[in-house]
Amino acid sequence: MSKDKGSSTGSSTRVASFEIHHTRFLDHNGEVTGELPEFTRDSANLISLYRAMVRTRIFDKKAVALQRTGQLGTFASSLGQEASFVGIGSAMRTEDVLLPTYRESGAMFIRGVTMTELLLYWGGDERGMDYAGPREDFPICVPIATHLPHAVGVAYAMKLRRQPRVAVCTLGDGATSKGDFYEALNMAGAWQLPVVFVVCNNEWAISVPRRAQTHAQTLAQKAIAGEIEGEQVDGNDVIAVRHCVSRAIEKARSGDGPSLIEALSYRMSDHTTADDASRYRAKEELEKQAINDPITRLNTYLIGNNLLTEKDREALEAECAAEVEAAAKEYLATPPPPSKAMFDYLYETLPASLVAQREFATKRGSGNA
Amino acid sequence: MPEVSLVEAVNLALAHEMQADESVVVLGEDVGVNGGVFRATAGLQERFGKERVMDTPLAETLIAGMSVGLAAQGFKAVPEIQFMGFIYPTIDQILNHAARLRYRTRGRMTCPMVLRAPFGGGIHAPEHHSESTEAIFAHIPGLRVVIPSSPSRAYGLLLAAIRDPDPVIFLEPKRIYRLVKQQVPDDGEALPLDVCFTLREGADVTVVTWGAMTHETMMAADQLAEEGISAEVIDVATLKPLDMDTILESVAKTGRCVIVHEAARTAGMGAEIAAQLAEHSLLTLLAPVQRVAGYDTVMPLYRLENEYMPDTARIVEAAKNTMEMS
Repeated sequence: MSKDKGSSTGSSTRVASFEIHHTRFLDHNGEVTGELPEFTRDSANLISLYRAMVRTRIFDKKAVALQRTGQLGTFASSLGQEASFVGIGSAMRTEDVLLPTYRESGAMFIRGVTMTELLLYWGGDERGMDYAGPREDFPICVPIATHLPHAVGVAYAMKLRRQPRVAVCTLGDGATSKGDFYEALNMAGAWQLPVVFVVCNNEWAISVPRRAQTHAQTLAQKAIAGEIEGEQVDGNDVIAVRHCVSRAIEKARSGDGPSLIEALSYRMSDHTTADDASRYRAKEELEKQAINDPITRLNTYLIGNNLLTEKDREALEAECAAEVEAAAKEYLATPPPPSKAMFDYLYETLPASLVAQREFATKRGSGNA
Repeated sequence: MPEVSLVEAVNLALAHEMQADESVVVLGEDVGVNGGVFRATAGLQERFGKERVMDTPLAETLIAGMSVGLAAQGFKAVPEIQFMGFIYPTIDQILNHAARLRYRTRGRMTCPMVLRAPFGGGIHAPEHHSESTEAIFAHIPGLRVVIPSSPSRAYGLLLAAIRDPDPVIFLEPKRIYRLVKQQVPDDGEALPLDVCFTLREGADVTVVTWGAMTHETMMAADQLAEEGISAEVIDVATLKPLDMDTILESVAKTGRCVIVHEAARTAGMGAEIAAQLAEHSLLTLLAPVQRVAGYDTVMPLYRLENEYMPDTARIVEAAKNTMEMS
């Protein structure tokens, strides 16, 4: 018997291998890096994506301002990630179902969630999750990765009913460390469910950087363990995000199974308005990321190719700003619900044992006139 | 009409509702081909197919979480967790999502799911298979916690739970899965949720219990009767929301109350019932409320499990204590 166990290889055969591809169409200078996808031929599509990103950013700025002035609760900014969220939202069909976490304002707006609804939610009012538009989209999910199993259930429901619909589930880089993530991915693969997971990797899970989150070279490769297709996309290139997510969604819709897409971006904001990233993140790192701004990138391309003029851009920004201001006004003018609303929708019918508590709350609470 | 055991009644109710309502789906570990480790789902996959009776991967968070997704899409998901000792990963899904989906979306989305799990001690099972932790779930707003104590109540309450538009934790006392058989007509008749069942009327002391302990309690009531003490026995059945009215009414009559549960004593459901008795009935009580419960220890391995669990003698003793006070 050899003493050197380390040199013994037995008969070793490669039984599996993988590679991960990264897709981008526009580099950070707005230069085209490959043949653009079909949908970009109609400039209206590009203008619409551009508008959606600008809209999201103006909303974001307003929400942070409202929080800083005591008029909104804690808010999770999407600054710097607009291309990822707008790309995802624009790749979906109305009948698909979005299951987001808490930073995807841009995707939710495209789905039809209103700015007023989103402000109401962050302003501490459940009515903000009673979307008038996308009735089947899931509400914001705060506990990390706990909504991935929901997406699997939604996709399973679609499969059971033989519906050509897809569940689209967005998550952050930190979520890929959780068991829920693996359990959901594994099941989606085992049953070949119509679900697309998009990891919106912004490099930071509050204060923990991506490199401390996992030793894996990419987050996309985490799909491989469940024999699911995994790919990377430049999350600051809205054309690339829309293209790759759309391709994955249509694949799922035609019954060819789930996918995982890692959209590489960067969190230009604090984690939330309750966070101070300067405690753990070097100023230089943030400054270095400024050149990747997704809105500037598409703007440079549009202006450079005469698809948008400065005047158009200003008008578009003014329209978005007016819309944001109107939503903020509507939100601020919405009175809080009466205290008895705590007992509404707890169950379909309030159990007899809770009636006394509701009466007490009604008598003692405010706004119960 | 054939007689069925409690676990067979569970199977009967599942089959009835799957036949009557095609939105009912069963999922969990080994529930399909194997029919469940206790055979609660035996034969269902053959009848209703692999998609509606799904053998899931071994992942409890997933089982509960995908049930939320299915329920939100209008299916009535009936997930099984193999033993209560493995139910804890689901609490995240139950507490953070299932129990508040209706509330947080103002009724836009609902979560009509029934999470079933066998629970309790007494079958010489391995470690982690014998606990009674129903109080953990009873603490969660927006949830129902239902525990049957006989074949007919298992059938009727499970039907009601599946038809209920809100999430239900349905805990099956596995010690009595096959203890007794009853004639249970498969007529689709549900029993009411949110109400106690008075199993025996009495005048001297009210004994409140649920699940497997109803059997020890009924035996204790027989023994007490021989000694001239008339015990009223209440099976709580739905622990949340709690039908305190039935208990208060009974105690108003008897003036005495003994609460019996297998679960650990501290912060068990007995504590809630005793607190409400103190709030509403203190001045009419003839004796302090007694609790007969599991000890505040780790549920022991099976050589000691019968020492841990309340037995008929302890219930009789507690009832006699209340009689001696006045």
